[in-house]
Amino acid sequence: MVQPRIFLLVAFASVAPLAFGDEASQRAAEEVVRKSFSTATPDQWATRMQQDEVQALCSRYRNAPPPEIASKILAAQQRTFKYPADGKLMGDWREGEKLASIGTGGHIGNIQPDPPGRKKGGNCYACHLLAPKEVAAGTIGPSLTGFGKLRGNAPETVKYTYEKIYNAQAFVPCSMMPRFGLHGWLTPKEIADSVAFLLDPESPVNQ
Amino acid sequence: MKWRSAEPARKRICVCLITAVFGAALAGVAVGQDNHAVDEIQKYRQMLQEGNPAELMELKGEELWTTARGPKNATLEQCDLGLGPGKLEGAYAQLPRYFADTDRVQDAESRLVTCMQRLQGIGPAEATRGWYNPNSDLEALTTYAAARSKGHKIDVPAAHPREREALRIGEELFYRRSGPLDFSCATCHSLDDRRIRLQELPNFQVRASAQSSMVTWPAYRVSQSAVWTMERRLIDCIRQMRWPEPDYLSEAIVDLQVYLQHNASGGVMEAPGIKR
Repeated sequence: MVQPRIFLLVAFASVAPLAFGDEASQRAAEEVVRKSFSTATPDQWATRMQQDEVQALCSRYRNAPPPEIASKILAAQQRTFKYPADGKLMGDWREGEKLASIGTGGHIGNIQPDPPGRKKGGNCYACHLLAPKEVAAGTIGPSLTGFGKLRGNAPETVKYTYEKIYNAQAFVPCSMMPRFGLHGWLTPKEIADSVAFLLDPESPVNQ
Repeated sequence: MKWRSAEPARKRICVCLITAVFGAALAGVAVGQDNHAVDEIQKYRQMLQEGNPAELMELKGEELWTTARGPKNATLEQCDLGLGPGKLEGAYAQLPRYFADTDRVQDAESRLVTCMQRLQGIGPAEATRGWYNPNSDLEALTTYAAARSKGHKIDVPAAHPREREALRIGEELFYRRSGPLDFSCATCHSLDDRRIRLQELPNFQVRASAQSSMVTWPAYRVSQSAVWTMERRLIDCIRQMRWPEPDYLSEAIVDLQVYLQHNASGGVMEAPGIKR
């Protein structure tokens, strides 16, 4: 319990010598959140505001959980995978390429909501460089150019890639990457298509 | 109004031309080389800074500030934004802050609504109606108030106990993850020199980076053809995170601004800025 505090002090030295993140602050913040999102419906509250245990822990530890919390997250998240009904973890890279560019869907509220049922994608390009031809690629995550060329597509690599997209926190606790499969943001089939975009030798990611 | 009355019309034409020409250029750069694209956007920003369309909003704000309006037929000239009634120069740079008369920590926009109610008799519902529409009165007034802090240092020490509490909550909110994408503000804003697509992202944990962002808000957003205030910016970030919409002027949005302004303290205000 001492370790994270030391870490936080170092991390925040550039701005202010503050190390919050205790349970009392978290509870106080939740109170403010309750008051500040008055138009959220009960369903929106449950699916979008209510934190699951992992979200609450990663928030408290500023995404740098101490070892015992990190192992706890890993163990729980490794039990979350669901696979496509047909068992194929590598789908169609062309579909995966489309999903990588779709950043719409799931916006709510009164100012600029998406029409209900609007297609959701992985929006991989927001954070990752993938096919070299797409230069408008973000840099929040690592470059994935040549992902399959570097790793091949042996069954264990396919499985790892599928599970990483399904739930990144099963590998890196408090990873910044959305848990696309766990939240049902992408279907198992869409995740398999994304796997193909990364691993298929024909995919522009590997050209 | 008076000291620059001949300027706006000329400036407006100039701005439109620049927007048209460079808007086309911007559309082209996305297919160009990566760093080159970022350089071009920088150049574009510099050129627009010469004739920032936000100045029109500033003028509208000045007119709203100095015109008698509302049931009390009064101007906003005696509004107290924290430095005393009528003391506007440099006030925005020290917001949000605690106000004893409302017993709340307030940002520029919530304080302007207080002034509209108290001085002019314009109720909050009317004052905030359509606040998010381009050219709304609150957008104009906030831009005007921010521009009167140009050259002043952001100074939000959060020394008052209520400000301290707002800072504590604001920091907590910055790291608060939830929703179907597990996002928090920190997902995009706690790493150095990163981008979403081609958009550069400030790291609000680092003073210099927080400063470079906060000194330029409110800003004219080319992609929206409108000036966005910090409330608007934050509420849209939260929309992008796929959370429900927070209430305009809510405590969460004010507390987040305390955290951001505290981290950006010392930065010299340049608002209104200009952005993608």
